Amino acid sequence: MPKDSGIGASPKRREDLRFLTGTGNYTDDINLSGQAYVHFLRSDVAHGKINGIDTTAAAAMPGVVRIFTGADFEGVGSIPCGWQVTDRHGQPMQEPAHPVLAQGKVRYVGDAIAAVVADTAEQARDAAEAIELDIEELPAVIDMKEAVKDGAPKVHDDLTSNLCYDWGFVEENKPAVEEAFAKAAHVTTLELVNNRLVANPMEPRVAVGDFNRATGESTLYSTSQNPHVIRLLMGAFVLGIPEHKLRVIAPDVGGGFGTKIFHYAEEAFCTFAAKALNRAVKWTSTRSEAFMTDAHGRDHVTKIELALDADNNFTALRTDTYANMGAYLSTFAPSVPTWLHGTLMAGNYKTPLIYVNVKAVFTNTVPVDAYRGAGRPEATFQLERVIDKAARELGVDPIALRRQNFITEFPYATPVAVEYDTGDYNATMDKLIEVADFAGFEARRAESQQNGKLRGLGVNCYIEACGIAPSNLVGQLGARAGLYESATVRVNATGGLVVMTGSHSHGQGHETSFPQVIADMIGIDESMVEIVHGDTANTPMGMGTYGSRSLAVGGSAMVRATEKIIAKAKKIAAHILEASDADIELKDGQFSVAGTDKSLAWGDVTLAAYVPHNYPLEDIEPGLEETAFYDPANFTYPSGAYACEVEVDPETGKVTIERFAAADDFGNIVNPMIVDGQVHGGIGQGIGQALLEGCVYDENGQLLSASYMDYAMPRADDVPFYQVDHSCQTPCTHNPLGVKGCGEAGAIGSPPAVVNAVVDALQSAGKDVTHIDMPLTPNRVWSALNS
Amino acid sequence: MYNFEFEKPATIADAVAALGAEDAQALGGGQTLLPTMKQRLAMPSKLVSLSGIGEMQGVCREDDGSLAIGGATTHATVAAEAAAHYPALADLASHIGDPAVRNRGTIGGSLANNDPAACYPAAALGSGATIVTNAREIAADDYFQGLFTTALEEGEIITSVRFPVPEAANYQKFVQPASRFAMVGVFVAKFVDGVRVAVTGASEEGVFRWSEAEAALGASFTADAVDGLTVDAAGMMADIHATKEYRAHLIGVLTKRAVAAAS
Repeated sequence: MPKDSGIGASPKRREDLRFLTGTGNYTDDINLSGQAYVHFLRSDVAHGKINGIDTTAAAAMPGVVRIFTGADFEGVGSIPCGWQVTDRHGQPMQEPAHPVLAQGKVRYVGDAIAAVVADTAEQARDAAEAIELDIEELPAVIDMKEAVKDGAPKVHDDLTSNLCYDWGFVEENKPAVEEAFAKAAHVTTLELVNNRLVANPMEPRVAVGDFNRATGESTLYSTSQNPHVIRLLMGAFVLGIPEHKLRVIAPDVGGGFGTKIFHYAEEAFCTFAAKALNRAVKWTSTRSEAFMTDAHGRDHVTKIELALDADNNFTALRTDTYANMGAYLSTFAPSVPTWLHGTLMAGNYKTPLIYVNVKAVFTNTVPVDAYRGAGRPEATFQLERVIDKAARELGVDPIALRRQNFITEFPYATPVAVEYDTGDYNATMDKLIEVADFAGFEARRAESQQNGKLRGLGVNCYIEACGIAPSNLVGQLGARAGLYESATVRVNATGGLVVMTGSHSHGQGHETSFPQVIADMIGIDESMVEIVHGDTANTPMGMGTYGSRSLAVGGSAMVRATEKIIAKAKKIAAHILEASDADIELKDGQFSVAGTDKSLAWGDVTLAAYVPHNYPLEDIEPGLEETAFYDPANFTYPSGAYACEVEVDPETGKVTIERFAAADDFGNIVNPMIVDGQVHGGIGQGIGQALLEGCVYDENGQLLSASYMDYAMPRADDVPFYQVDHSCQTPCTHNPLGVKGCGEAGAIGSPPAVVNAVVDALQSAGKDVTHIDMPLTPNRVWSALNS
Repeated sequence: MYNFEFEKPATIADAVAALGAEDAQALGGGQTLLPTMKQRLAMPSKLVSLSGIGEMQGVCREDDGSLAIGGATTHATVAAEAAAHYPALADLASHIGDPAVRNRGTIGGSLANNDPAACYPAAALGSGATIVTNAREIAADDYFQGLFTTALEEGEIITSVRFPVPEAANYQKFVQPASRFAMVGVFVAKFVDGVRVAVTGASEEGVFRWSEAEAALGASFTADAVDGLTVDAAGMMADIHATKEYRAHLIGVLTKRAVAAAS
């Protein structure tokens, strides 16, 4: 019987009512008295020297308040990078300055040159057109391998080259890995591209800066996944505003997918300008600006080699990756191709020796940073593609080859620094075979053949590291932040609770799922619990939402705070019931004395906490409010197996996804419906990456896929109904809920399944096709069929 | 968007008069023009809406059997009202853009714009339609003159389009995955006196007739008749979605499918 409340139930998402009825409060809904509007004049060349900016005529245009240029930001800090990677030789990465407005040079199409603040948005835009620019166009570097050649134009003149870092992991393993390759019975090699993507949240970015002259406090409203992180980065490193004079509010946010983690120059600009002008300043990104300026995702070029012994055991793995950083280092950019990618290269397999080399490269393109999965999709894609290729080369069943090499004993320390606590990869594979109906595949293939179509079946596994992360560990790895999470649980006198969480919800449904946990712990109705998030003024310092960390880390903080609440409430109950603390039991919202019929309702105790007439004042304080910070002991390791069935039209090369099945192990699950939705969304984005989405710059750095006319997002008719199962559950051993996280799995696990399926379809027609780069457009598939 | 004047006349004559102003621009459904203006890539001094002109609305079967469609008729109306008379045309209209586009966009607007990837030019050329303007009648063969270029003079309005109704016809569209415009679209129409094949989305010169296929299909209206015929890739468009060769290849595939669907 499915539960109807608490952990394991699927109540409908309470936040959807306001989202779906137009009553949400998004940043663009915020309009402050007297606010002005900013329009950014952006570079239309990818690389150029700024010889002059003449704002004379523009400044005289109607409604113009002030025009800012890079010169106004001399003495203001650089947009900081939150992670420092150390290279193979022990040297820190090259880290260029990133001014709020361009100084001296523009480095990508969309780089902001000037900012016009005016009474209306249209006036600001009109005036921006009247600014006279003298920009000397310079040769641009777009291709990563070209960018690192001697003599290539330099994106940053003060750096030694366009190489941000050359990272080796684990560097000490390199000789042993090379020796294993020399001894291998078989080596499979694959060169591939992990295509550059644009995140495209439904809500474009918005920033509203405000300044209160009376209190000296600055406020930024922003479309952020992590308002405290923005407050720290912008306050401490860019604008020099102490945190007690800076408030960051991220109200309802319409999707993030990673690209709203980062601190952007527009946020700093609006906060800075509001103070300079003593007037609120608002910026709303157009969709065109979003394509040009939101941090992009992925963009790796990789060569991967897998060594096997004569019995088909994986003996070593070696990868060589170029990772695009774009023109500046976005907040977490350096960590994505390194610690979020190299550490996952073991996958689900007991490969004993692994060496990962990553060259991070500056190019004249918009910065690249985390996008749903961040590093883990890139790792999974390479690994699961090369295993599939190896199985074909060896003439063995790809599932059998995987099973043979699965890690089966836990905990398992990989050769790439992480320790998996739990998992059961055979169980998820068994479940996949069942839910995907492998038994019926040959019949379906025959039916497709009758219709002139090629049918293919692709399978892959994945593992990811979620719940980022133990602060001491990430500190050693170069993070310039801790990655704990926080919660304050405030119980009101009449028994209702407010949870102020450092996690941020921008589509994940925290307002529904977090109360389910508390309701179970106390035995009260979920409607008695309210979730508050997104405002640094009324939530404890929190690190925000990304890396599928909210329930595993933020939820754990909430559990810890609630445990403190319950412990204190039991003391109050014990006092009133004249019993020992240890004898008090809490069940179904009732405190009772073990072995007696004496009891008190939850509300009686909460009232006593605030009306402490009969209260142990000598032992405990009045009130019922507790805060906890939770720093995880390890990452969590969700895993699973995915299967995709495609049909390929051999005449046109068009691929259609006929079936898609996912068997995930997320550990314990709070709200199965929300988990289904997260997996559906992730698979949709994975299918988008595999078949449709490709962000393309031309050789001069012009963005060719700059709108929905050329950037193909997946639509409802591009995806099938999914078979999603998460009944395989090996709970996480180190967080109180035993949860692992589910937000990114779909996007991580699905691209290789799609590509494996298309290759299978083509091979079934006798074509010797071993790989096609994503997106698998009809043209590319047709070309492969006819090559 | 820059400021502009706006007029919504009730007659063709008033519309023509209003379009006499310098840099005035006719507005059909606005599905191309308005996004262009929002991007500040067009700055007409005045928009003259054609949507209030009753005599430019609707679908009507003429005495000679042809189907006349008012220039300001939306795609959705064509999809609904042409279905009984010219199913292939109605089907084409029902697959343009999305419901919002189909409820605003008009046949006259589409043909006047002559986007090289639009659907209606293939129908008009493939049917041998007549473009009727406030001033004259123009045969489709003379009307389409290249990318975004037509025989229309400055200020000339498409008041209606007259389609001869073929014995059989079909339109096959292979969509560009992002825009869902035609990456290649082929309209095949079989008349008593011959077959017309019009191709959109593919050529650097815009919509064109594939005369070799027309000849072969005129002799035998079967998909097999197209076997062995190829289109020269040299004149095809290339972009991030498709090469010239791929587009040329698709023309053959879609022509065969259109013939198979029509027969």
